[in-house]
Amino acid sequence: MPRSALAGTRIRESRMALGLKQADLAAQTGISASYLNLIEHNKRRIGGKLLVSIAGVLGRDPNMLAQGGESALIEGLQNAAGPSDGAEIDQIEEFVGRFPGWAEKITAQAQRIAALEATVGGLNDRLTHDPVLSEKMHDVLGSVSAIRSTASILVTTPDIGADWRARFHANIDAESRRLAETSAGMASHFDRLARRDSGFATPLEQVSAFFERRRYHIAEIEADGPVVIPDILANSPEFESDAARSVAGTALKIYARDVERLPLVTFGAAARATRFDPAALAREFKVDLMVVFRRLASLPIAADMPEVGLVICDSAGAMLFRKPPPGFGLPRFGAACPLWPLFSALSTPGQPIRRDVESTENRKFRTYAVTSPVGMPSFEGPPLYHAAMLLISDEDGVQNPRPVGSSCRVCPRPDCVARREPSILQVD
Amino acid sequence: MGRTVLLIEDEPNIIEAISFLLERDGWTVRLHSDGVDAVSAVYRIKPDVVVLDVMLPGRSGFEILKELRQDMALQDLPILMLTARGQTKDRELAESYGVSAFMTKPFSNTEMLDTVRALAERAGA
Repeated sequence: MPRSALAGTRIRESRMALGLKQADLAAQTGISASYLNLIEHNKRRIGGKLLVSIAGVLGRDPNMLAQGGESALIEGLQNAAGPSDGAEIDQIEEFVGRFPGWAEKITAQAQRIAALEATVGGLNDRLTHDPVLSEKMHDVLGSVSAIRSTASILVTTPDIGADWRARFHANIDAESRRLAETSAGMASHFDRLARRDSGFATPLEQVSAFFERRRYHIAEIEADGPVVIPDILANSPEFESDAARSVAGTALKIYARDVERLPLVTFGAAARATRFDPAALAREFKVDLMVVFRRLASLPIAADMPEVGLVICDSAGAMLFRKPPPGFGLPRFGAACPLWPLFSALSTPGQPIRRDVESTENRKFRTYAVTSPVGMPSFEGPPLYHAAMLLISDEDGVQNPRPVGSSCRVCPRPDCVARREPSILQVD
Repeated sequence: MGRTVLLIEDEPNIIEAISFLLERDGWTVRLHSDGVDAVSAVYRIKPDVVVLDVMLPGRSGFEILKELRQDMALQDLPILMLTARGQTKDRELAESYGVSAFMTKPFSNTEMLDTVRALAERAGA
């Protein structure tokens, strides 16, 4: 049943709420009562002047009568149902019309599940790949081993000499102190992680938090160029260490260079004119695709802009920059989905790749990926590369997208040829 | 002189505890605390049993184990790997490189001693 078909039900409910008789409403709008009856029972479509006229008599907005307030609910339920999980997709509108309260609850639950999955993904990432946590766990186990073994010797060796006894007591004392310090360090590490706005474990995370807060657009550099970088480094709360400021300084210098080559106003207009086509922009401005990718990801959010994401990694697959677009999870640490075009590009340096993908949240994206050499050309040492993947949301334009995930442990897709390990989200 | 154990470990208090236990059990304990030249230490000391930690300065115990097993003459050398990394993948990696026994920290003294004795007996030391 099309969405507008339920307009009749809404008209009937509005009329009855006003205590208006069907015959009176029909008379005031110049139609017969029997025709209005057909409309109210959704057996005749309604639109145009008649809808406006009826809405006027009922004191309602014509669009609300035609579409109802259910658009968001319908969209939410469609997202909750996913593409092919057996739900009766064709009856969503009827369901929303009949059970708006349930529809709202299901939509809210689906959003909650998505948020929890994202949290699980982040925590899982953290526990699996956090180098600080791993090192501290190693220290804890080392201390516990020493204490357990030494205490056991003291208990099971009654004839132990005084010298050995004293040494072992001192060892237990030293290890227990070390254990206390390490435990306190772990607690404060978790505490820092719990504070979402500051206290990030690694320099890359601190830089990532900075760009996230600025929504990947640094207005001061756009306006005044690189001279403002020292001020930004000194005054941004995310940077807790010199290492973070150093990484951020490099990233901001690259940002400033990109601004110089592709000024905001000119580039923004060209991006819109080309419908955000990176290849066309690279040709127009005579720059590398990588520069265009970065610049597209730094454009300020606007109503006429699609959602843009960007991920940059090195040859080892370590993520150096991540701007996740809504509906596409990018793991903070560790291995991402090997089906990403990013990794196809990594294996074919210099060859741009264009591919459509669909995320596990059923969002569709155009992706563009390319791998470029890093630094000056040299005959010394192995070549170093950075790969980048630009994601542009395109729900209507993308056809037959390739399903991809975030990382295996938080990817619910069954039967994936690229799966490295079972997902913690699969219940079977 | 009794049978010799080479203990490759960098935690001083664990070294002290293990050394005490093994020496009281009649073993001669030789120590090495660095990963980088641990393989040379094995060739130099020619131990009957090696107790090998995984997280060592300079080089991991896995790499040391792998290199030792590449020498045909050391194929049967009893090597007990002692590690705080008790994950299945670590155990599987150690087994794929030919470890003789694998124990996770914190370990039981009795179990550690029994394992070292059993490895030595199996090798005919």
